[in-house]
Amino acid sequence: MTQFPLLSALIWLPILSGLLVLMMRHQPNLAKQFALWSSVLVFILSLGLYTGFDNTTAQMQFVEQASWISAFNIQYFLGVDGLSMPLIILTTFTTVLAVWSAFDCIKERVEQYMAAFLMMNGIMIGVFSALDAILFYVFWEVLLIPMFLVIGQWGGQRRVYATIKFFLYTFFGSVFMLIAFLYMYSQIGSFSLLDFQAMPLGFTAQILIFLAFLIAFAVKIPMFPVHTWLPDAHVEAPTAGSVVLAAIMLKMGGYGFVRFSLPMTPDAANELDWLVISLSIIAIVYISVIAMVQKDMKKLVAYSSIAHMGFVTLGMFLLYGILRNTGEVQGAILGLEGAMIQMISHGLISAAMFLAIGVMYDRMHTRDISAYGGVVNTMPVFAVFVLLFAMANAGLPGTSGFVGEFMVILAAFKSNFWIALAAATTLILGAAYTLWMVKRVIFGDVVNHHVAELSDLNRREFAIMSILAVVVVALGFYPAPVMDIMHASVAHLVEQAMTSKLP
Amino acid sequence: MDMMLQVLAPELLILIAAMTLLVGDTFWGHRHKALTFQLTLASIVVTALVILASFSTTSVQLFNGAFIRDGVADVLKLSMLFMTFFAFLFARDYLVQRNIERGEYYVLGLLSLLGMMVLASSYDMVTLFMGLEIMSLALYAMIAMQKDSGFAIESAMKYFVLGAMATGLLLYGMTLVYGNVGSLQFATIYQTLATTEQSLVLSLGLVFILVGLAFKFGAAPFHNWVPDVYHGSPTGITLFLSAAPKIAAFALMFRLLIEGLEAALMQWQSILIILAVLSLVVGNVIAIAQTNLKRMLAYSTISHMGFIILGFLTGNVGGYAAAMYYVVIYALMSLGGFAVILALSRKGFEADNIVDLAGLGKRNPVLALVMLVILLSMAGIPPFVGFYAKLVVLTEVVEAGLTWLAVFAVVMSVVGAYYYLRVIKVMYFDQPAAQNAHDADFANASLRYGLILVATLVLMLGILPDGLLTLFNDVMMY
Repeated sequence: MTQFPLLSALIWLPILSGLLVLMMRHQPNLAKQFALWSSVLVFILSLGLYTGFDNTTAQMQFVEQASWISAFNIQYFLGVDGLSMPLIILTTFTTVLAVWSAFDCIKERVEQYMAAFLMMNGIMIGVFSALDAILFYVFWEVLLIPMFLVIGQWGGQRRVYATIKFFLYTFFGSVFMLIAFLYMYSQIGSFSLLDFQAMPLGFTAQILIFLAFLIAFAVKIPMFPVHTWLPDAHVEAPTAGSVVLAAIMLKMGGYGFVRFSLPMTPDAANELDWLVISLSIIAIVYISVIAMVQKDMKKLVAYSSIAHMGFVTLGMFLLYGILRNTGEVQGAILGLEGAMIQMISHGLISAAMFLAIGVMYDRMHTRDISAYGGVVNTMPVFAVFVLLFAMANAGLPGTSGFVGEFMVILAAFKSNFWIALAAATTLILGAAYTLWMVKRVIFGDVVNHHVAELSDLNRREFAIMSILAVVVVALGFYPAPVMDIMHASVAHLVEQAMTSKLP
Repeated sequence: MDMMLQVLAPELLILIAAMTLLVGDTFWGHRHKALTFQLTLASIVVTALVILASFSTTSVQLFNGAFIRDGVADVLKLSMLFMTFFAFLFARDYLVQRNIERGEYYVLGLLSLLGMMVLASSYDMVTLFMGLEIMSLALYAMIAMQKDSGFAIESAMKYFVLGAMATGLLLYGMTLVYGNVGSLQFATIYQTLATTEQSLVLSLGLVFILVGLAFKFGAAPFHNWVPDVYHGSPTGITLFLSAAPKIAAFALMFRLLIEGLEAALMQWQSILIILAVLSLVVGNVIAIAQTNLKRMLAYSTISHMGFIILGFLTGNVGGYAAAMYYVVIYALMSLGGFAVILALSRKGFEADNIVDLAGLGKRNPVLALVMLVILLSMAGIPPFVGFYAKLVVLTEVVEAGLTWLAVFAVVMSVVGAYYYLRVIKVMYFDQPAAQNAHDADFANASLRYGLILVATLVLMLGILPDGLLTLFNDVMMY
């Protein structure tokens, strides 16, 4: 097949342009412009995935396959299906906004900052499209390096602590995944993910591999109790770093569950689904309560991210309960699709929230909720956007935040009433912590002269906010395009997750 | 006779070069300062070209099977020559500044190189022991060359006394094996052990041999000399010490343990597991507490040796190839790591504390990037070559059914990642100290381009690791 290698182009174009930007040491403005336009170009290219996508099949598409390390049968094997394709487009989209948002607030070593985000763009696309376990692992790990440097160099007060914690947590999680890969390789002599999904595995082996994956993905997503790196990393990271971290990196954990845990170790997932579900419920309820008492806006949104990702993991592991109760495949699909939609939607909303906080931080240089109050008086346009995103974060119908949560809660009812009830508390708790923050920051009287001197959004900020607002609302009213892409793949996944792999 | 010359050519060339320079330097040493240096490098390059020209994976034996030249020997020798070349090149200015750059330094270096090459080609216990002694004695003398430094003398003494003891143990173990098997030749020992019952005497001999080997590797619990010697030696010599001799240690273990005593796998495997586990713990945990970069790298060496031993204890060819790959990659990274210290050192100033690197990201972005690449590679983070070295070893360990050991090794790598990250943190996130806010240029041009070359190799071998891995597997299969 002499098809244009679109996925390779999407991976390597941003990485190479990142290297190019790195050389623009004395032309910061050129570096900014170049970075922005090349990320726009990558985004436009990635739309080719959407237009060329065949959503009637669960097969891998845009496949590229070549030998990479022949001694160990490691391949350069890329491809996407309905689970990974939307995440790639989310990645390229978010990168454009992240790069653009950093135009004014980054003053030192601009070219390194821009280069880091371009490279992360390519690497993240690599994670979502790799179909060889080692290739996947390489992308997964490489991603830590630019993020480590971004948080460490441009971060806040405790940036060193936060970035080392971030690195070590993630590294610790992923090494177990590596050993699981090596074990499976030693059984079948191939690192292809498709072969991993097809191979039979004994029960004990499945349990151990499942746990290894769980550690890796739970850290990344992050799940209670290994979530503590996230608030630290978020608070210290610069705005664009937080955006990429929340919008995309967390999704890698969720992606890992659907690409690895469910199809590769279905029997273990069936056995241990209670574990993931309990941790998800804890994340939803307990972390939401913690979010309520935060004094720092970024920390609040970080905790809210953990709670929302709890929904993702919950939706992914509901299927066994539903099948045990009702034997209904449709309900299982509902839960999984809800989880996937929730990932996309959370990517957009959390990006918007962090960008909004970034807008305020650029002006006031503080993220303390108590330093604000009455922002609506000086920044009315901004206040409208914040209110919209806050509503979306709380899951208001008509925004994308509602769709995923609603589907997961519906699916939960088919599995177990109490799980559904616990999950549904998020509608109250989420609204509580988000709206209370908005109330304290945006509304009320102007509390001090700093707030009184605030200027409203400039054109660049306005453009970024409006783009996000349009997408969030559009996806809320009409999520069908995204659902259509996923449908065949999710159905295939449910089938894989239901088929026992015991030899 | 012709064939004999062809097989022996690399060793002969180095020997001739060493002898010529030993005599010659006394004549021209005062007038032409750089001549000995240049001739040394030239002889290394010529030797490497000779090996390349006659490279083959078939094995040829000489002197009734006392000396072998095969693919493994050639690859090891080429790596040793490569490391030695750069060690000499990088260290020269440093040694000149400290008045220890004399002809003897190069002569001793070449002799030690000769010993290593003999080791790589040894196929009976006498040749092996001879190679080991040529190498070690030359090294002891090299460390002691900085006569005015108490540290250097102390570490030379320490290295000598402990090294001599280890050599004695090794020799004693070899006599016990000889007494048991009745032959010095590895091929004969291998066959005899494979076909006959193994006695207690052999086990006793093995224990002594393993202690000796562990010492030469610097594997825990026989590691105590490593940090002191690395720290105390002049950095230019530590650089030499940490690269090629480790490859020689690999050769020592490979020839003796695998080609000679592989049939006793059941007996030495469990001992190697203990050595590997202890090395990984000691190397990674104690390194965290170090404030001196040389000591930190020394402890990191110990942990890397743990990984190499992991490759050996799998007891299969793939594992040995993985260990060989690891040791060569390690030598390359170590060369780079110590050379960074050289690049920052000045007359009267050793940049060997971690804080000396503070703010390097701003003071010298290129050097900081080189160090970043080397440290991340040592930590085993892709896409750098250090990751693949760990990957192949771990793959073989899992294939050998020792998954728990692989899990242990990776957990220890996470511990190890911390201290590498700490150095990166100092380089990129800390402000430079006032007294060395400036003056972070490369010490000289050869360090600048040499280090860029090393970092490029570390990156490119990581992105395209196939060629080298296949080569190592191929030579090991014969």
